[in-house]
Amino acid sequence: MRKIRYLLMRRFTQIGILILYFGANAYGWTILQGNLSASLLFETVPLADPFALLQMLFAGAVLATDVIVGALIMALFYAVIGGRAFCSWVCPINMVTDLANWLRRKLGISDVQKRVYMSRNVRYWVMVMALLLSAAMGLAAFELISPIAMAHRGIAFGMGFGVGALVIIFLFDLFVHENAWCGYVCPLGGFYSILGKFSLFRVKHDAEACTLCMKCKEVCPEKEVLFMIGKNSGSVLMGACTNCARCIEVCDDDALDFSIRSQLEKTIEQTKEKA
Amino acid sequence: MKKELPNDRRKFILSMARGVGLSAMGALIWSAYVDEVKAAPLILRPPGALDEPDFLKTCIKCGLCVEACPYDTLILAQPGDNNPIGTPFFVPRDVPCYMCDDIPCVPVCPTGALVQDSVTSEIEGELTWDITKMDMGLAVVDAESCIAFWGIQCDACYRACPLMDVAISLQYDKNERTGKHAFLKPVVHADACTGCGLCERACVTKKAAIYVLPNEVALGEVGDHYIKGWDKADEARLKDAKGETTVTDRSNRSAVDSLNDAEDLY
Amino acid sequence: MAMERRDFLKSAAAASAASAIGMSIPTEAQAKADAAQSDWRWDKAACRFCGTGCGIMLATKDERIVAVKGDPAAPVNRGLNCIKGYFNAKIMYGADRLTQPLLRMNSKGEFDKKGKFAPVSWERAFDEMEVNIKKALKASGPEGVGVFASGQYTVMEGYAAQKMMKGGFRSNAIDPNARHCMASAVVGFYQTFGIDEPSGCYDDIELTDTIVSWGSNMAEMHPILWSRVTDRKLTDPDRVKVINMSTYRHRTSDLADIEIIFSPNTDLALWNYIAREIVYNNPESIDWDFVKKHIIFASQPVNIGYGLRRAGEKSLKDGKYTALEMETIDKEMQKVVSEKEAPALQPFGYKAGDVMKNNPGSLAHWEIEFDEYKKFLDPYTLDYVAEISKGDPNESIESFQAKLQTLADLYIEKGRKVVSFWTMGMNQHTRGTWVNTLSYNVHFLLNKQARPGSGAFSLTGQPSACGTAREVGTFCHRLPADMMVKNPKHRAITEKAWKIPDGTLNPVGNQHIMKIHRDIEDGVVKFAWVNVCNPYQDTASASHWIKAAREMDNFIVTSDGYPGISAKVSDLILPSAMIYEKWGAYGNAERRTQHWRQQVLPVGDAMSDTWQWIELSKRFTVKDVWGEQPLRGNKKLPDVIAKAKAMGYNEDTTMYEILFANERAKSYKVDLNDDIQAGYDDSESRGDSRNVVGSDGKVFKGYGFFIHKYLFEEYADFGRGHAHDLAPFDVYHKVRGLKWPVVDGKETQWRFNVKYDPYAAKANKDAGTNNSHAFYGKLAKALPHGDLKGVKDPAKKSLANKAKIFARPYMDPPEMPDKAYPLWLSTGRVLEHWHSGTMTMRVPELYRAVPEALCYMHPADAKGLGLKRGDLAWVDSRRGQVKARVETRGRNRPPQGLVFVPWFDEKVFINKVCLDATCPQSKQTDFKKCAVKVTKV
Repeated sequence: MRKIRYLLMRRFTQIGILILYFGANAYGWTILQGNLSASLLFETVPLADPFALLQMLFAGAVLATDVIVGALIMALFYAVIGGRAFCSWVCPINMVTDLANWLRRKLGISDVQKRVYMSRNVRYWVMVMALLLSAAMGLAAFELISPIAMAHRGIAFGMGFGVGALVIIFLFDLFVHENAWCGYVCPLGGFYSILGKFSLFRVKHDAEACTLCMKCKEVCPEKEVLFMIGKNSGSVLMGACTNCARCIEVCDDDALDFSIRSQLEKTIEQTKEKA
Repeated sequence: MKKELPNDRRKFILSMARGVGLSAMGALIWSAYVDEVKAAPLILRPPGALDEPDFLKTCIKCGLCVEACPYDTLILAQPGDNNPIGTPFFVPRDVPCYMCDDIPCVPVCPTGALVQDSVTSEIEGELTWDITKMDMGLAVVDAESCIAFWGIQCDACYRACPLMDVAISLQYDKNERTGKHAFLKPVVHADACTGCGLCERACVTKKAAIYVLPNEVALGEVGDHYIKGWDKADEARLKDAKGETTVTDRSNRSAVDSLNDAEDLY
Repeated sequence: MAMERRDFLKSAAAASAASAIGMSIPTEAQAKADAAQSDWRWDKAACRFCGTGCGIMLATKDERIVAVKGDPAAPVNRGLNCIKGYFNAKIMYGADRLTQPLLRMNSKGEFDKKGKFAPVSWERAFDEMEVNIKKALKASGPEGVGVFASGQYTVMEGYAAQKMMKGGFRSNAIDPNARHCMASAVVGFYQTFGIDEPSGCYDDIELTDTIVSWGSNMAEMHPILWSRVTDRKLTDPDRVKVINMSTYRHRTSDLADIEIIFSPNTDLALWNYIAREIVYNNPESIDWDFVKKHIIFASQPVNIGYGLRRAGEKSLKDGKYTALEMETIDKEMQKVVSEKEAPALQPFGYKAGDVMKNNPGSLAHWEIEFDEYKKFLDPYTLDYVAEISKGDPNESIESFQAKLQTLADLYIEKGRKVVSFWTMGMNQHTRGTWVNTLSYNVHFLLNKQARPGSGAFSLTGQPSACGTAREVGTFCHRLPADMMVKNPKHRAITEKAWKIPDGTLNPVGNQHIMKIHRDIEDGVVKFAWVNVCNPYQDTASASHWIKAAREMDNFIVTSDGYPGISAKVSDLILPSAMIYEKWGAYGNAERRTQHWRQQVLPVGDAMSDTWQWIELSKRFTVKDVWGEQPLRGNKKLPDVIAKAKAMGYNEDTTMYEILFANERAKSYKVDLNDDIQAGYDDSESRGDSRNVVGSDGKVFKGYGFFIHKYLFEEYADFGRGHAHDLAPFDVYHKVRGLKWPVVDGKETQWRFNVKYDPYAAKANKDAGTNNSHAFYGKLAKALPHGDLKGVKDPAKKSLANKAKIFARPYMDPPEMPDKAYPLWLSTGRVLEHWHSGTMTMRVPELYRAVPEALCYMHPADAKGLGLKRGDLAWVDSRRGQVKARVETRGRNRPPQGLVFVPWFDEKVFINKVCLDATCPQSKQTDFKKCAVKVTKV
């Protein structure tokens, strides 16, 4: 259990949120209504996807206060707990790509496949493109093709051909490129990477305890964030880290754990050094 | 070594070009797709919706309006519906808008894509929901297949209309063929019709002979250079009127040019 | 104008004469020629639905009806239809048609009242019926066997059912659902004219100047007639006036020049107000010459109760009614005269606060002088009538008074022709008979009755309420052609015609439809058979009757095409052939008889109700039914077996041989060269290719004679020569219906009018008078004399050829809104659905158009109760409750204080809420008035 405690917690939040959304539409529950684009918590607190809001602003929409407040709440939330925590703790696509990755490892597909070079920065380009296209087309461009939205909306309101999008991502991640969608393409991931740049909630590495087994790197979906493994102690500071805690779970040496304060200290230290 | 430099530069330029090219390709495919799916001219939106272009901009696709609808009228477009994905719409033949007195779908909209002001009126100093102000579309009668125009005493649409006698009224005409019966023909009044589609739902022909279309599709528009002489209110259209220079094939050259061109004259 | 109308009359007469001599044959020939080129066949029929009686053509292809068209040759509708008629081709093909007999059984295959339905053979079904009928006869005598009959029977079915019931079982407990729909009109006709059915015809619409609709939503319930009214209005919009009199706004107001919304039951006061305007304020408008020659005045007791259960009845003693229910039922025995009704009852010797002891309803009445009648009218001043009858609290009294004055003026205006139409509003009424007769009062005083373009005209609701229920006489108290079971002469005529011994027929005919239900609840009726109707959905206080059927020791059988509520509460269900799966005839509201042929074979093993009755008759012999039989009240029916033997029957002769397969019947030959029969199925006479295994376990091969023609001709003989003349069977297959009396091949447009009705001409001549009219009906035509309060001179005086004007006051209904139940409830129909919806709710288009019954109410009432449009609300009465969705904007717009709920929807079972009060004279239930409360669910 200890080995998968965070995994279970993540699945619990991911599925729990979807169940609440589904129940809201199907049975009229009022805990969490709507979907990940925008929701209403306990019929009072508005929540909204800040990236969707950004696209809409680029598209030239005049927006009501509710959605702006909702987006600010979510932006603040992720800015504090780690932007890409969304990806591993909330986003339903994560379950699809995790499954693809797990299969990929089990089948050893990476071993027989020639590595195709792809830059992790693609997601930022896609993000910028989403914003520019939103402005050009006069509507939130990514929201119209987002497989993430298709998934969470589909669970609550009916999937339609959205299943196809999920299958494509699954097959692509399985056979074409490891972690292709979440690790390289997804502009929402890119957006949250930036948003979470200075978040307080971080994974901390203790190089002293590390035995260099590299299990953490094997499971990490964003391998370069763990560049310091075995080299020096410190927090994982890159925005791309999704706080998924897989590394913490697989580490047999207690060389990885969540931490808040040390990160703060580190940040202060770094700031001082730079100064 | 010397060779490597140009190679590196070439590599750099090439990879830049590749990046730009791929981006351009992606952007083109993406925008073509977006352009395709946002073109849904026959889609019917919830009450109080902004004009279609603004609605597409403003709707965040959260489905709160869908959840608020007590009749399951509203649905969110799913991939494969050929409608802008995730946006709310309704198909009156399946489930029409029942025009709830308190219009629950509108106030839940977080973004203002559904505008409260457009479906409220001030009655006795109190802001009150006013279903008569809804304008989701316009019912259109196909007089060829409407059996009331054959003389059948149907009028199911008329009786289904929540704004009976205002949005749909009956026009009485003599049936000269029988010599003793009358036609009771449904006539839709565009200014009052809300586009709720209760008529389309009720229509008893195989495919509805009365159906709701978005106003942009159903309605023509008269130029503002002509105002009804018998209708004071029609002058409102003059507000945005401005004199325009006209161009036809006959007038697309300057007067001097056309005067100087006398080749074919004799 | 006058010229035009004369021309119209001439052409109408010519048209009917032409159709009578078969001039439509060229069209038929043409149709046959056309049909030869296609793979479908067109044939004429009558629409299945309302009393309008539209003619239709049916297209048949591969043993299925595939299409319908309005019959352009039909004079009523000239090729048009309403939205229901438009779907005639689809009504028989619902996915859940009943195709085989179903019996409640236990696991051993025995009948078990608590068991589940499972298929059985026809033989088993008739075995069970035979056993249970014999059990019921043994327990209660002939009164223990009841039949819920129908105004939707074909003429032949109704006749077969009535012949077996009355001639075979000697039971008069057969009464149609038509009791619920026009019994008050019938008693009104009887008491006023001495003979049933309207004097006018639909041609009145084209000829009149004024159409007043009283308690009739013609726009929805008689759409084709309404389109004729609309055409009339369009033809001369200034001259022609349309007035809608109703307790709530409905679609008939659309065309109306004046809409008068009155308080329930006050139509009694409104009619008397018009009469008072004539007598007191416009005496010169009375056609005294006409009145003196044709009319007498009459009065009757007013303390006749409300047709509710009476003290001492078994179920009351057994405590089957709650204290709440008893609050209303107690008024049956006595009531306190209210302030509202006191002025109207003053001439009858009552004042406000008096306790009125009610006697059981009676038909008794006596002649009075005009002065007495005038005295009776005195209270109905504009002030009094407006005060009690204004139905919309938001209308000013001045506006309402002005409308009433205009209404009276239109009736009175010299030279203005007026037709008063009514349907259920005036018939479903605890004083339904009264208000019917009050309508004739006004028309008689002004000599505006039984004249082209003028007359009070009862529109019937059902396709053959006139043709089958009334003309055939499938009522508990009637025999064919206006004869009565209690009249020994009438019984003798019938016994002779049926070749059954004298004394066979039962003289006690009081088991009307409410009484059958109550007798089941009291444990008297032990066997009941439902034919072509849905009595467990269409009867008020429904929970009582369903409980009695399900929980008591009895056997309920339902013959139906589809599983409705009645089938559900039954013990045995028989699959019936539906309308165009059998030969038939209907009679519409203007006395037009229309026939059709069997178009297709019935679905599954379904067989017609005629067949079911005839097969049942095979199970009963002379000794089973014609021995001495007990009746209630220590009465007996005599043993007639000896007389039967003298007639050549023996103890074991079956009723089948006597009533159905007799000499006369066999003279109507099956003949495949006969123009009428050739090319059409006849499942009863000849069997059919389905080879249905019949009641004896053998394949049914047909009776071997033309049963439909036999039944029709034998029935028609009752009326021929008695002002009910029908044309020969074959003629009806060549024409588009004929309005009886058909004399010398010609139909009759206006009865009692010497100019148009040969019977009136003859009566006039025989009496040696030179009158314009002769009201020659024979019932209640000798009366004692007295004043308003009672008989003074019991010697009966003949009133041959005269009609009556009745002094009948306004009275309150038994249940009115109060603090606990503050709203009036009225029920009714919608255009899209037919009655209990068994057929139309299975037509997808009609179901989609109107999938559920709504509770129509005033927006202010809804707001006051915290209800929004579309909310579910409970509608509660002292008897029960239903849930319905609130509608404040729909087709019906009640005034504050009244709600309207249609009854077609079995999920909104409003008859659980309604009160089973009836007109004490006609026994017709008042579905239009009871008190309810509405609360949010």
